[in-house]
Amino acid sequence: MSNTSLILIIITTALVNNVVLSQFLGICSFLGVSRQIKTSASLGAAVIFVITISSAVANLLYTYLLVPLQLEYLETIVFILVIAALVQMVEMFLKKTSPAIYKALGIYLPLITTNCAVLGVALTNVQNEYNFVQSVVAGFGTAVGYTIAIVLLAGIRERIDESDIPAPFRGAPVVLLSAALMSIAFMGFSGLAL
Amino acid sequence: MNQYTERIYNGMIKENPCLVLMLGMCPTLAVTTSAINGLGMGLSTLAVLICSNLVISLMRNIIPDQVRLPAYIVIVATLVTVVDLLMQAYVPNLYSALGIYIPLIVVNCIILGRAEAYAAKHPPLLSTLDGLGMGAGFTAALTLIGLAREFLGAGSVFGHAVLPKSVEPIGIFVKAPGAFLIIAIIIAVMNAVGIASEANKKVEGCNGCCTSCADLTSCTSEKKEVAQR
Repeated sequence: MSNTSLILIIITTALVNNVVLSQFLGICSFLGVSRQIKTSASLGAAVIFVITISSAVANLLYTYLLVPLQLEYLETIVFILVIAALVQMVEMFLKKTSPAIYKALGIYLPLITTNCAVLGVALTNVQNEYNFVQSVVAGFGTAVGYTIAIVLLAGIRERIDESDIPAPFRGAPVVLLSAALMSIAFMGFSGLAL
Repeated sequence: MNQYTERIYNGMIKENPCLVLMLGMCPTLAVTTSAINGLGMGLSTLAVLICSNLVISLMRNIIPDQVRLPAYIVIVATLVTVVDLLMQAYVPNLYSALGIYIPLIVVNCIILGRAEAYAAKHPPLLSTLDGLGMGAGFTAALTLIGLAREFLGAGSVFGHAVLPKSVEPIGIFVKAPGAFLIIAIIIAVMNAVGIASEANKKVEGCNGCCTSCADLTSCTSEKKEVAQR
């Protein structure tokens, strides 16, 4: 496998098929935890961490457990349980080994279990028939795309907070409108000749 | 109104999961490119929701409290797999249009939310009706959003062209940004006419569906963390 295809996977997953703005996965935390750049960057870091690990584990389980046993149809159940268990384990591991990272990411880890992006990546990797390295790279790229989107939105929202918005649009509508404009901007990437 | 019809009314209107509680935003935004996709997604979620509420309600005295969330997830994931296989077999076109969002019903917050908030504490018949009401409310909202996007973006209704050829449809509404636009407009209208919606609380953080149904302790600790800064 050449290096170019891996770079291609990163660009596709992070920008062209951005997980939030074109796939609509992880919308809850995208809207909920994007008030400040600092918190959204921490959440983004936690998401990168979890998605990269979980795509690796999901790929190994699928190739070496589900396929040999012909239990591919159980992928949804297996993946969601593995992700939930994995997040717990990562949390405990970080707590013991590196309190500094735990302090920065710890509070976000439980939120990530129900982030549909994690399960979404695992399922998409299976659908695209990615091998181990490709799965990990695709997971990493997707999570980077998520981080880019949420940090950008947080930047916009910090500005919005200080501006005068018509009353009905205050709160959720203006955030969704910002997301719509970002989504239009990201549509530009689909014009990339890849 | 007796307590049974009240459940249906509650799910469809008063606590409409999609438009009032703002749960399950991912499928709401993703699959509503056409009315038929919205309807299909709504009905599959409805089926899972009714069954999961029934099963969880029947098992509510057996499942130990400490492991209830993993137990619910296993039940929901099993039901979703059943629906997934059935759709693959009987409605292949819809199945391929909805794609990855069918297995992702597992992480739809409406289902775990109703399990935790209602089915775990109420008898089977009421829980089933609660699932029916919530599911119907979700289906209605998704179909309406799909209808609006399809009409504006493709000039058709349920796949039948209704606008004359001379009228150019606004293509952006069936693309990704259109989803955000339509929902933003709907919530703005609801704000303007004074229908209380959870949407504005949600963007304030910590009221997102992911937080409310899965882990409330982490949410409060986050609030503390933010307050300390």
